[in-house]
Amino acid sequence: MRHTFLDRYHQGASLIHRLDPRLKLLATFLFVLATTSTQPGAWLTFGLLAVVAFTAILLSKVPLLDALKHSTIALPFAGMVALSLPFTRGGQVLWSWQPFGWNLAVTDEGVILFVTVILKAWLSVMVSGLLIATTPFADLLLGMRALRLPAVLVSTISFMYRYLFVLVDEAMRLYTAREARSAGDGGSVWWRARVLGGMVGSLFLRSYERSERIYAAMLSRGFGGEVRSLARLGWRAVDTRAAVVWAAVLVTVVVVGRVV
Amino acid sequence: MPEYDIQIENLSFAYPDGRRALHGVSLSVCPGEKVALVGPNGAGKSTLFLNLNGILRGQGHVSVGGVSLGNGRAPRAEDLRQVRARVGLVFQDPDDQLFSPTVFDDIAFGPLHLGLPPDEVRARVARALDAVGMAGFDGQMPHHISLGERKRVAIATVLAMDPQILVLDEPSAGLDPRARRSLIRLLRHLPQTMLVASHDMRLVWDLCPRTVILDRGRLVADGPTAELLQDAELMERHGLETPGYQAPDVS
Repeated sequence: MRHTFLDRYHQGASLIHRLDPRLKLLATFLFVLATTSTQPGAWLTFGLLAVVAFTAILLSKVPLLDALKHSTIALPFAGMVALSLPFTRGGQVLWSWQPFGWNLAVTDEGVILFVTVILKAWLSVMVSGLLIATTPFADLLLGMRALRLPAVLVSTISFMYRYLFVLVDEAMRLYTAREARSAGDGGSVWWRARVLGGMVGSLFLRSYERSERIYAAMLSRGFGGEVRSLARLGWRAVDTRAAVVWAAVLVTVVVVGRVV
Repeated sequence: MPEYDIQIENLSFAYPDGRRALHGVSLSVCPGEKVALVGPNGAGKSTLFLNLNGILRGQGHVSVGGVSLGNGRAPRAEDLRQVRARVGLVFQDPDDQLFSPTVFDDIAFGPLHLGLPPDEVRARVARALDAVGMAGFDGQMPHHISLGERKRVAIATVLAMDPQILVLDEPSAGLDPRARRSLIRLLRHLPQTMLVASHDMRLVWDLCPRTVILDRGRLVADGPTAELLQDAELMERHGLETPGYQAPDVS
């Protein structure tokens, strides 16, 4: 079954699609590094980084609106983490409130830090999203292997990707079976929580049993503990050019942001 | 050339929790023979299969393609490697068999672990896909193709290892009639020795001239399919049915 919310690859043949996955992985990493190491309140740098990200999205021909929508998924998490920042930093008090003898004070430094954290998260997720949208997952895995990421890590990601879909299907079947047996609104919250607990437990058990069968299937085909795969990536001249351009752009953005 | 492709003598197996799954099973299969293994759920079919390539090890003698996995002793690594290259085990659920991100990676898995050079691996992937009528599917992801297609790819994953013996667990389970018929046609044309576990009596009838019945860990019958499958009394006693079985009229 196709799960569009998991499969984020966007079919296409743009320049970005055709670049080597190793390059795209490194380029994304470099962008995230540049973004996260930017000083709080360096608005010019953030603006330039956003321009770079948008340009890459336009080049990839992934619909900008989709990219923007998908880039917001991590914001709630970043927001949660950053929630306390406006209240816990020093600096000039912008606004204060004393409920029940507490002193809540929003400071300018706090707000700057808060906005910075959100911006960093948003830009990083947007560019990572572009990587996912323009690279088939299997190629990403090949890229990770070629870049010598630990084999256990790459295999774990590979299995996770393969079996997420199987698990989602299994969970859907369990859910449908529950729906079919519960009338109307499905009873009390307590009852529904119990049923959900049972479903999660059964999903764990099934996955555990499946993992044993998968391992038997791997052994049957000669697996001896060492993961082997065929390298089928080809680095082309255009990849070298793209790498140089990307690095130059990022360095320029960082330098301009510091100097101006 | 050994006389038998599969030779099992007096094989017994108990799981670590004490459950005995096989009791003194003996079975010999000649090269090129296609044998059906039928029996109710829990009869020990899957346990028997996993004993054939050394994933499970019971008491008794198992010899496959001339390599013997002896008597409960831990077999040598080299023997295991040999046996696993000679026996192609196809699991019931293709989602267990296809664990790689793409069809290509999955079919290449076996040949790569046989230590074949890259060009040979590529050639074998192409040949195996062709043999199961799935040429051109190598870039697909397993979750994007249908169950019938996944079953075929699962068979291709073992064909790519060029096995002497194919062991299939419920090859037709969950397939619609058309996919099922085309699978039977495919299996009939493969030259390998086959051991096929199935509840699908029509498949057994169409594919395997010889049938053995396994019930509660014991081999209870071994003979020509045409004879065994028409013995309604025998079939029903072991929780099975004849291919032409009709429910008794209740009106």
